Amino acid sequence: MIAEAGHFALILALFIAIVQASLPMVGAHHGNALWMSFDKPSAIAQMLMVSLAFACLTYSHVVSDFSVLNVVQNSHSMKPMLYKVAGVWGNHEGSLVLWVFILAAFGSAVAIFGNNLPPTLRARVLAVQALISVGFYLFMLLTSNPFERVFPAAMDGRGLNPLLQDPGLAFHPPFLYLGYVGFSMAFSFAIAALIEGRVDAAWARWVRPWTLAAWSFLTIGIGLGSWWAYYELGWGGWWFWDPVENASFMPWLAGTALLHSAIVVEKRDTMKTWTIFLAILAFSLSLLGTFLVRSGVLTSVHAFATDPERGVFILLLLVIVIGGSLTLFAIRGPALRSTGIFKPISREGGLLLNNLVLTTGCAVVLLGTLYPLFLDAVGGGKVSVGAPFFNAVFIPLMIPMFVAMGFGPILSWKRSDLIQAALRLKTAFILTGLICAVILALLNHGPFLAIVGLGLAMWLFVATLVELGERIRLFKGPLKESFGRLFSQTRASWGMTLAHSGMAIVIAGMAGVGGWKVEKIQVMKPGDTVNVAGYDYKFIGARQGQGPNYTVIEGKFEVTQDGQHVIVLSAEKRNYPVRQMPTTEAAIHSLFSGDLYAVIGDPEGNDGKFVTRLYFNPLVAWMWAGSLIMAFGAFVSISDRRYRVGAPSRHKIKNVKVVEASGIGQT
Amino acid sequence: MKRKHKRLTFVGLALLLLATAAALTLSAFEESIVFFQSPTDIVTKSVSPNKRYRLGGLVEEGSVRKKDDAVVTFRITDMANTVNVSYRGILPDLFREGQGVVTEGFFVSDVFTADEVLAKHDENYMPPEVADALKKSGKWNEMSSKMKKQGHVLGGGSQ
Repeated sequence: MIAEAGHFALILALFIAIVQASLPMVGAHHGNALWMSFDKPSAIAQMLMVSLAFACLTYSHVVSDFSVLNVVQNSHSMKPMLYKVAGVWGNHEGSLVLWVFILAAFGSAVAIFGNNLPPTLRARVLAVQALISVGFYLFMLLTSNPFERVFPAAMDGRGLNPLLQDPGLAFHPPFLYLGYVGFSMAFSFAIAALIEGRVDAAWARWVRPWTLAAWSFLTIGIGLGSWWAYYELGWGGWWFWDPVENASFMPWLAGTALLHSAIVVEKRDTMKTWTIFLAILAFSLSLLGTFLVRSGVLTSVHAFATDPERGVFILLLLVIVIGGSLTLFAIRGPALRSTGIFKPISREGGLLLNNLVLTTGCAVVLLGTLYPLFLDAVGGGKVSVGAPFFNAVFIPLMIPMFVAMGFGPILSWKRSDLIQAALRLKTAFILTGLICAVILALLNHGPFLAIVGLGLAMWLFVATLVELGERIRLFKGPLKESFGRLFSQTRASWGMTLAHSGMAIVIAGMAGVGGWKVEKIQVMKPGDTVNVAGYDYKFIGARQGQGPNYTVIEGKFEVTQDGQHVIVLSAEKRNYPVRQMPTTEAAIHSLFSGDLYAVIGDPEGNDGKFVTRLYFNPLVAWMWAGSLIMAFGAFVSISDRRYRVGAPSRHKIKNVKVVEASGIGQT
Repeated sequence: MKRKHKRLTFVGLALLLLATAAALTLSAFEESIVFFQSPTDIVTKSVSPNKRYRLGGLVEEGSVRKKDDAVVTFRITDMANTVNVSYRGILPDLFREGQGVVTEGFFVSDVFTADEVLAKHDENYMPPEVADALKKSGKWNEMSSKMKKQGHVLGGGSQ
């Protein structure tokens, strides 16, 4: 019954979405207030129906209802509760339910909190949002029904892929989807604005919080994914430039560009067409990511059952959404008028540079990701474009941006002076120079790129703090006054300071682990000691054990530094009998200076010898700490006063004009 | 500076960035693109000693040998030809005899010395490159019926 209820709720949601996509859109076109007013109730009703469907699927997983195919294929009665719930979205059909659930939740959030939006804009935004939903509902109901029954009911399930049975990965998809789907908000606002023919500061003020939210969720999602790869795959690596990773990285790059260009639209009333384009791009890349990951054209743990029919459907959806929105953009985009004028050396210029670099970088990642598919399609053979390509192309492109990132915030709007800015940053130059000199003296060796990376991280961090100091006029007046200014800074500027310094910390982490990682592979017998970067790893021995739904070999290492005890690491190799699949659980101890990391492999002979892999990964944890700071910065920025207090409303008189103008524009 | 000039500055900047990206891409493409080869490709075509390859196929049953110093040797087969592979390190969790594998590395005389072993496959136990290689060597049906008997469902075999 429960499964049928869920199925029925999905069908109802489809019909509600069709209403929501059509009536308010037509109503907004003709200025029919009654038709437009359907937007809010239908968005909320749609959300309720999808929540019901999601709840039904979750219930089926939680009670292990093995008459539902999806539960049989992805769950097992012996599985811990966390993974029974996470198993809901750990498969193709369930992840789509999660996707539409988040989509509907965002839509209803606009309906509930969007009372200050002009009625036509809100109607159009929600209609576009519903159009996307319709596509996904059809996809689910026609090709991937999560509520399909099996008869007779199975005795037990096949279990969730053990690689996915991990707390980090349990929450990785929801965050990623909050990010992907969050960009649908910016997309819907962009399409609505194109239809209205109007983009202004108020529009940007509505779009920016959604973009910031999506961006910070995506940042957390990508961070979780890379953290998982780091400790679960047991290679000590954290980013492999795997197509699946790139699929989430491209929307992040476009989204980063978008949230910067939206500032220019808001403050300076220019770069409108470009911002609209970025909004379309960010969501298109999110869809492309879904397609790449879900259609099975790529091999990975993410590629669930390969079904050509599904692939074609997603491809069709992709063509309609991207093709349609870009066509609309081509027709209506040029009509958007900008008033703000600025010189190349200005805050706007800096933000534009950021945008150009990020989109170029995004294009490079897209090229590297799609090239193997393209070459294979034209019969050019199978190739893989991996880390060496991206490291050689992407990283050099980013370097000038990180240099400029120190200058950007200190430049004034409209026109600025580079020499003056450099003078204001002189403290940053001196500090960076000093710290770099000290670091170089301490590390007299290391790869060039990693040293450059550390220097950049230092520069960005110091310049961001110096900029904050400049803003509060630190040491230029009484200290008390400066402190007063510190507390009167807007939340948005705090957000920027946090996010930029978080980025600096991330770069430091990447440079550290990229340049000075130490890896030792050997066979060890109990009592053996191996020195890794100054730490002595002593192999104590391994023993057999039993987990809730797996057997385990647990190897213990005592780590000492100069005879001082640091920690006992316990690395595991698990075997999940349901799927006959082993997994590696690396033992990790994070220190400020880096991670102690141990992996146990296969036994060698019968005398307790094991193959072991021991690492010292310098600064690696900084990456995840930095990404959390970035995501936190975005949330601080969202909480800024101007997004909450009446500010986003257009003037009443202008409002009347909008209705008139849009009426004229479309007849 | 006029509006037009301002715009030109940015267009110029954008072009410069794109040109840099293109130059970097072209120079990196030569060196960092790795071609996938099946054992039959390796045996029938000549291989250059200093070029990086990706070699994929099935791990031949009974071919995995553990040597000293954490070195493992095994043979990769597409059921028509086989190639000897040597690897130092811990094999991935999903590495198993009789199942698909993709390795990356260089040829040192006749032995493929892998520095990366990916037993990264979907739930259907078969990387698509390997499935294609098996189809090319004409052994796909044989393999697929054998694996079905073992209870695996093969993916990508719908063409």
